[in-house]
Amino acid sequence: MSLLELEQLDARHGLLQAVRDVSLAVEAGETLALVGANGAGKTTLLRTIAGAHRPSGGRIVFDSRDVTRLSAHERVRLGISLVPEGRRLFPELTVEENLRISAAAGRTGRWTLDEVLETFPLLAPLRHTTAKSLSGGEQQATAIARALLTNPRLLLLDEVSLGLAPIAVEGVYAALRPLFESDATVVLVEQDLSRAPSVATRVVCMLEGRLVLAGAAGELTREQVTDAYFGLARA
Amino acid sequence: MNAVAAPAPARRVERWTRVSISFTTALAGLIVLLAFAPLLFGENTLDNLIQLYFLVILAIMWNALAGYGGLVSVGQQAFIGIGAYAVVFLSVQHSLNPYLAMLIATLIGAGISVPLAAVMLWLRGGAFAIGMWVVAEIFAIFVSLDATLGGGTGTSAVLAFNLRYSPEQRTHYTYWAALGFAGVLLVILFLLLRSRLGASLQAIRDDEEAARSVGVRVLLGKGVLFVLAGAGCTAAGAVILAWQLSILPLGPDSVFGVNWSAKMIFMVLVGGLGTFEGPIVGAVVLYLLQQYGPQNGVWYFTLLGGIAIGVALFLPRGLWGAVRDRFNLQLLPVGYRLRS
Amino acid sequence: MNWANAVLHGILLGGLYALLATGLSLMFGVMRIINLAHGSLALLGAYMAFLLVEHAHMSTYLALLPVLPGALVVGYVLQRTLLERSLRAGELVPLLTTFGLLIVIANLLEYAFSPDVHSLPSGRIGGASWRISSHFTLPWFDALILCIAVVVLGGLQLLLRRTQIGRELRATAADPDTAELLGVDARRVYAYATALAVATAALAGVFYAMRSAFDPFTGPTQLIYAFEAVVIGGLGSLWGTLLGGIVLGVAQTVSAQIDVQYFALGGHLVFLAVLIVRTALQAGGLRVLPRGASA
Repeated sequence: MSLLELEQLDARHGLLQAVRDVSLAVEAGETLALVGANGAGKTTLLRTIAGAHRPSGGRIVFDSRDVTRLSAHERVRLGISLVPEGRRLFPELTVEENLRISAAAGRTGRWTLDEVLETFPLLAPLRHTTAKSLSGGEQQATAIARALLTNPRLLLLDEVSLGLAPIAVEGVYAALRPLFESDATVVLVEQDLSRAPSVATRVVCMLEGRLVLAGAAGELTREQVTDAYFGLARA
Repeated sequence: MNAVAAPAPARRVERWTRVSISFTTALAGLIVLLAFAPLLFGENTLDNLIQLYFLVILAIMWNALAGYGGLVSVGQQAFIGIGAYAVVFLSVQHSLNPYLAMLIATLIGAGISVPLAAVMLWLRGGAFAIGMWVVAEIFAIFVSLDATLGGGTGTSAVLAFNLRYSPEQRTHYTYWAALGFAGVLLVILFLLLRSRLGASLQAIRDDEEAARSVGVRVLLGKGVLFVLAGAGCTAAGAVILAWQLSILPLGPDSVFGVNWSAKMIFMVLVGGLGTFEGPIVGAVVLYLLQQYGPQNGVWYFTLLGGIAIGVALFLPRGLWGAVRDRFNLQLLPVGYRLRS
Repeated sequence: MNWANAVLHGILLGGLYALLATGLSLMFGVMRIINLAHGSLALLGAYMAFLLVEHAHMSTYLALLPVLPGALVVGYVLQRTLLERSLRAGELVPLLTTFGLLIVIANLLEYAFSPDVHSLPSGRIGGASWRISSHFTLPWFDALILCIAVVVLGGLQLLLRRTQIGRELRATAADPDTAELLGVDARRVYAYATALAVATAALAGVFYAMRSAFDPFTGPTQLIYAFEAVVIGGLGSLWGTLLGGIVLGVAQTVSAQIDVQYFALGGHLVFLAVLIVRTALQAGGLRVLPRGASA
C-alpha cells in the first residue's frame, strides 16, 4: 500500500487547468523528484496534496485514508507537511516563534526544537531574530525546520533553491541530505535539473498539468528528462 | 521542433452583445420616458421618485469609489451636507435661483473634493474610511457653529423656493433636476468605465502594485473617482435639500449624518459591489423598503438589518452579482466578453 | 482656564477610549474586519449587566463575572456563524454584516428595554475624587478605568507574545494560508480573536454605563471616538490604541477648555493632523506625487 495515492487529480487555477488527470503513487521511504518548467503545475499539485488548494476532480488517498475533503490543517495533523514556494515565513515573528507555530500540528516524533537546531546549526544564533531580517538561505532553513517540526510522514518541498545564491543552495541540500537518505518520504519540486535527480530515488516530470515521464532516478538519461521537460518527446 | 498542439480555436472579443444593446437602449428609453412622468403622475408619486433618484445617485457614487476604486469611504455625507448647505447659502442668502444654485453647488462640491483628494488619498484602507467620516464630522461641526447658516438648529430653503415657485412647480422642477443629475452621472460613469481609465481602474482593483508597474497612473485614477463621487454626492445633497427643504447639521437625521453612509453601504452591498447595475438594484430595494416596508421604526430597522445580514451570508456578491453569476448576464457593456 | 487639569482628565478619558477601542483594534489587526457593530456589542454588555443589577440585585462589579464569559461565547459564535462566511465572500462583506448586526442589536435592545435612558451604579468609588491641589482633581472612577485599560492591554500583549495561542493569532493575522499549512485552524483562531474583542467591548460597555447614561442608540455615537483612537495609534497595534486614546482624549478636553463646543472638533482635527503628518513621514519626506504611500 503506497503512502500517498493520487487518482486522476484535476486542479484549476482560476480559469486555467493547472493539473490534469494526474495519477501517481508515492511509496513510503522514497524521495520523489517532481520536475518541470515554470507553469507546469508542480506548485499547484503540491498545494493540492497539502490541502491548500481544492481539486476540481479526482482523489487523494493518504495512508489508505481519503483526505480529498480535508482542510490543510487537518492534513498536517495526519502527517502531510508542505514547505511552500517562497518560504512564507511570518515576517514579524522571530525564528523561534516561527518554529514554535508547528506545535499546532500536535504531532510528536524525532523532530524537536533541539533536533532541528542541530540539523540547521546556522539557525541557533538567530533564534530571536525577526524572520524578515534573515537572508534567503537562513529563511529557507527556517521554513524547512518549521515543517520538520510538525513531524511529517510526507514532506513536500517546493522549490527550496529558488532565489538562493548557489552557496546557500549547497548549504540547504547538505542539511537535507540526511533526510533524503533516511526513511522519510519526500516529494521534492525543483526546476534545477542537475540537483533533483541526484538526490531522488524516482523522478517524474510534469508538462502543462500532466505527468509526462516517470522512472527510477538511475534509469532515466539526462536527455530523456530534458526532452520531457520541454515537451519534445511528444509526437 | 514539432508543433506541440493544434492551433487554438479562434476567439472573438466583443463589447456589445445583443442583450446589452437592447438593455442599454431600454434604459435610455426609460430615462426619457421618466422625464414625462410629471405630466402623468401626481405629486406624491413624483415626490417618491425624487427619493428614488437621489438614492440611486448616492448608490452609484459610493460604488464608484468602493467598487471600482477600492476606496471605502464612510464619509461621503460630507458632500451631501455641502450640497444641501451650499444651495441654502446661494439661494437664500444670495438670492440665486435655487436650481441654478444646485448646479453651482455641485461645482463647489467638486472644487472642494480636489484639495481633499490631495490630502486624503494618501491614506489607505481603514484609515481612509474613518478619515472621511471624521472629515464629514468636522464639516458638520463647523456648520453648526456658524450662526449665519443656522447653527445647531439647522436652516431651511423654504423662502428661496416658495417665493418663486408654487409647490407643484417645485416638485416638478426638483423631479427633473433629480432625474437629470442621475442620468448625467450614469452616463459619465458609463463612459468612464468604458474608457482607458476604466480598464486601468480594473487593474488597480486587482493589484495596485502591478498596475503601477505597467504605468497605470494609480493616483490619477483614484483622484478622478474621488472628485466624481464628491460632485455626485454634492448633487444628491442639493436634491435632498430641494426635496425636504429644511436641514440639520447634527443629529441622526442630519445631512452630514453617518446614516447616509449606512444607506450607501446597504444599497451597494445588497445590490452588488463593483457591478454597474448592482447599486441601482440596491437603491430600488432600499426605496421599496422605505415605501412599503413596516412603518413601525423598530421592525423597519430590524428588517433592514436582517436583509443586510441575509444578503451578506447567502448572496455575498449582492442581488445583481448573484443574477450575473447565475445567468452570465451583463446588461450594460462596461466590460469585455470572450466568445469562442 | 486650567490646562493641566484638562490634560489630566484627557489622559483618563483616553483610558476609556482605549478600552472601548481594544476590540476594534484586535479584530482589525487579526482579520482586517471593521466591526461596525462594536459599539452595539459594548452596549449589549451594559444591558446584560443592567438586567443582573436590576433583577438579581448584584453589584455591577459582580455582574461582570457572568457577563464577560458570556461575551466571550457570543464573540466566538458570532465569528463562526456570521463573520467567517462574510470574510470568505470578500473583504468588504463584513462591513455589510456588521452594519446589519448594529441595526438589529440596537433595535432589539429598544424593543426589549424601551428607549429609556439608564445608568449602572458604580458603587462608592463612583463620584469620589482626589483633590490633589487647588488645580488638580483626580476622579477615582476614571483612574480606575485607565488602570483597567492598561491591565487589559498588557494582558493581551502578554497573551500575544508569550502563549501558543498568541503566536498562532499573530501568525494567522500575517498569513492564514501558511498558518494552516502548519496545522493552525485559522477559523478557530479568528473566533478566539472575536471572542476576546467582544469580551473587551462588553467590559468597556459596562464601565461606560457606570460613568454615563446610556440608551439603545448610544453605541454609534461613541464608535467614531473608538475608531479614531485605533487609527491614531496605528491600526493593529495594541499599545498604539492606548496612545491613540490618550491623544484623542487630551485633544478633546483641551479643546473644551477653549470652548465647550470645540470638544469633538478638537479631537477630529488632531486626528487628521496626526494621520497626515504620519503618512507624509512614511512616504519619506515631501513628494508631490507619492508612490505607494500608505497609512
